[in-house]
Amino acid sequence: MARSIKKGPYVDHKLSRKVDVMNDNNKKSVIKTWSRRSMIIPDMVGHTFAVHNGNKFIPVYVTENMVGHKLGEFAPTRTFKGHSK
Amino acid sequence: MARIAGIDLPKNKRGIIGLTYIYGIGRSKAQTILESSGIDVNKKVNDWDDDDLSKIRGFITENLKTEGELRSETQLNIKRLMDIGCYRGLRHRKGLPVRGQRTSTNARTRKGKRKTVAGKKKVTK
Repeated sequence: MARSIKKGPYVDHKLSRKVDVMNDNNKKSVIKTWSRRSMIIPDMVGHTFAVHNGNKFIPVYVTENMVGHKLGEFAPTRTFKGHSK
Repeated sequence: MARIAGIDLPKNKRGIIGLTYIYGIGRSKAQTILESSGIDVNKKVNDWDDDDLSKIRGFITENLKTEGELRSETQLNIKRLMDIGCYRGLRHRKGLPVRGQRTSTNARTRKGKRKTVAGKKKVTK
């Protein structure tokens, strides 16, 4: 079931605080995060996140098209490369 | 013969059914189309006069996306998912189910016909 619109998009507090600080200081650096469940909001466009996939951090550069998706969608957790021949 | 949105409608069906032959129009949209243009839903397609036809055509072109336009929109949505590299896009690329269904068995609609692997051992009791 989809999340209620009344509540607005879910973003981890820690993460949104970091993004706000970066936007205030006009800085761009990679933000390491475990918060795969956070939704990508328009403030995050142009930043790069290092999203944990359970093993390592996957760099995700956020573009405008990605708004409304969750960070975890861009860091796959499984590495199936196909069966051996 | 009634021709709407580049599709020939079947002649001897009720209007509400006939309209569903157009891609993008199902029963409920067919009903709204006919109601808002003031045509009885039970009227057969070949009983429509030119006036009815033009009303229906007008309503569809103004309010609805059908046929090629709708297909290309769907394709664009899928392409967007694939381009941004999100999980759903990856599943589309691989031709696997997108919404978290199991793939160990089933999922034949997405995966297509079974590809038998030679030399695969059967599980014995």
